[in-house]
Amino acid sequence: MNLKELITDKVIEKFGTALEEVSDFRDDICLTVSSDQIVAIGKFLKDDSDLQFITCKDITAIDWGTRKKRFTAVYHIYSFKLNCTLRIKANIDADPPAIETVTSVWRSADWYERETFDMYGIKFTNHPDLRRMYMPEGFEHHPLRKDFPVIGIPGSLPLPHQAE
Amino acid sequence: MGLEAKLTQDGFITTTIDAVVGWARKSSVWPMPMGISCCAIEMIAAADPKYDIARFGSEVMRFTPRQCDLMIVAGTVTFKMAQVVRRIYDQMPDPKWVIAMGACTSSGGMYRSYNVVQGIDQFLPVDVYTAGCPPRPENLLNALMTIQEKIGKTRARDFQNRSLKELELLQK
Amino acid sequence: MNRIDQIYNEEKIYKRLLEDRNLTIEDELENEMVINMGPQHPATHGVLRLVLRLDGETVMGIVPELGYLHRGYEKMAENMSYIEFIPHTDRLDYTGTMCNNVGYVLAVEKLAGIEAPKRAQYIRMIVAELSRIAAHLVAIGTFAMDVGAVTMVMWTFREREKINSIFDRIAGARFTTSYTRIGGVASDLDDQAIAEIEQFLVELEPALSEMDKLMLSNRIFIGRLEGIGILPKEDAIALGVTGPNLRASGVEYDIRRAKPYLFYNEIDFRIPTFTQGDCLARYFQRGDEVKESVKILRQCLDKMPIGEVIANNPKRVLSHKTEIYSKMEELIHDFMIINFGINPPVGDTYLSVENPKGELGFYIVSNGTGQPWKLKIHSPSFCNLQAVSQLCKGAMVSDVVAIIGSLDPVMGEADK
Repeated sequence: MNLKELITDKVIEKFGTALEEVSDFRDDICLTVSSDQIVAIGKFLKDDSDLQFITCKDITAIDWGTRKKRFTAVYHIYSFKLNCTLRIKANIDADPPAIETVTSVWRSADWYERETFDMYGIKFTNHPDLRRMYMPEGFEHHPLRKDFPVIGIPGSLPLPHQAE
Repeated sequence: MGLEAKLTQDGFITTTIDAVVGWARKSSVWPMPMGISCCAIEMIAAADPKYDIARFGSEVMRFTPRQCDLMIVAGTVTFKMAQVVRRIYDQMPDPKWVIAMGACTSSGGMYRSYNVVQGIDQFLPVDVYTAGCPPRPENLLNALMTIQEKIGKTRARDFQNRSLKELELLQK
Repeated sequence: MNRIDQIYNEEKIYKRLLEDRNLTIEDELENEMVINMGPQHPATHGVLRLVLRLDGETVMGIVPELGYLHRGYEKMAENMSYIEFIPHTDRLDYTGTMCNNVGYVLAVEKLAGIEAPKRAQYIRMIVAELSRIAAHLVAIGTFAMDVGAVTMVMWTFREREKINSIFDRIAGARFTTSYTRIGGVASDLDDQAIAEIEQFLVELEPALSEMDKLMLSNRIFIGRLEGIGILPKEDAIALGVTGPNLRASGVEYDIRRAKPYLFYNEIDFRIPTFTQGDCLARYFQRGDEVKESVKILRQCLDKMPIGEVIANNPKRVLSHKTEIYSKMEELIHDFMIINFGINPPVGDTYLSVENPKGELGFYIVSNGTGQPWKLKIHSPSFCNLQAVSQLCKGAMVSDVVAIIGSLDPVMGEADK
């Protein structure tokens, strides 16, 4: 059986209805799961001896603008054994947006979640150190949201004093 | 000034103090490379054996502001970094000059975004702007030669006990 | 000043550093010192700020702070078309620039379902390997300069200038070239460019052996790097470290072999790996990769086919100027592509390539229009910098400089 069926069968066997959708666009396997089971699914994918998805390559989020569930968290994980990059999507329905952190499963998720928090404002509960990554600490907005303009909000970041 | 010509004749030179001091200042401009991003690589390339900045007197590229007189700001300056650049500029002793290297420092470059300062002249007095993304090393050497011409026209007493505002008026 | 203090407040960083200590200030000499290795520093390879907590000379904790070069790429990408973003990808890893171009264009081609002709793929491989050599030369040179051997940076930049003049000949610019296009490359290689590449390869090998002889007989260099900053294999995988740093810790993973792109499956090269995982292993790793790149370049120049350099797909790919000026269809398609974009189908893709610094990946979400809905850049330097806090614990302050140099971060891509 091919990779997509292998992974899907294993996840459905263990988690049943938590797996909402599977897609195969341009040969990228993508699972859409429910956001409250994300840590359990991540742990299963990492520990299972046939799958062994031991590295988390990237975590990010998509802002859909005016859709009802506005944010979707996207995880890219990789398995050396299967030589496969898997994408997991989780629609976030809490408001203000929050999802459980996966740093207990993959250590590299630390900085990726901080970056996603900085850019989108999604709080990762139980994260050991949720600070902003790029913008200075006291900055009030989240730049990659669709309602923040590209040129920024004048006055939100002060310049040093002019030469007297 | 013709110093070399006089050296073969009898041992007296008449000149003005301004000319001597101007010649000394412009022939050994020590740059402070504020290398932030891509332009920094071209600045290192200007110091490498092919484009040799050392023959202009700028061999010493020290990273400490207290010993330098020229600040070459090379790279995109963001709002967070602007505080740092201004602080380093304030630490440099007078007389000091600034080269804005590249499009990002002159006017924000190709980045019209929320975190990029649209030109460092919003918080620093700039003497020479350089065009290019990144400017070729020959362009940077041309900017350095323009600064040297500018220094050659200053007077020795220009930089004593003046406030910053008067200095800027003089440097224009 | 109040507003500035409020925005640039750094309390959280200090709290994180001191959180597991109960410090009472009674005797100053008994306490630990928090110092700042600021964004402007000769040895931090760009604008990286490190806050160190020191007990004498030993580092107890380290917190890196990024964001001093955050230019807002991902936000800008949502407001410009796919073709307009190509010059921005140049400035990501600005030491080896062509590789970024190649990676981005491959990701867009995967999303849109376009395939470039074979000659264009070979040209892309040649320029990518030349960029790899250039980037590793900068890495080796500046690393040696940080540790104290200042001659190396002059020698490696001398070789790099030859690569820059080759790029000047091929693409018109010394290093930020924006040479690749969606569907191929911008222009063809002429015979003189190929002759220059061959001449460069002939001159490179004696220069590399000269550099080797200089560095390896330097006891101070070896003593400063051996056994410092050891990254074990499991930690390297768990922290998400990529590229030469991962291979120097014993993991034999190279995207050119694991998920071959372009025509790397037709080229014969090996993947150098070391098991020690210390700074010296990372230094040797980069030197060996330069030698492998020379082998790849020679094979590519031999096997290069004749043909077109841009795909013939007027609806998605910009055609040649002569066709646009003479045929009606091409003119209309050109107008539509420039104004409205190439309109790939709705969906999302992720593609990664092997950059000199590690794995550069692009995750593009498209909603059917000419501008991406979201573009995420997975940059290798950002992932490699996560390992800094583990590597520097217990090392001395001067080892921090050696460790950062051996990880080789480039802040243009770490900060995006």
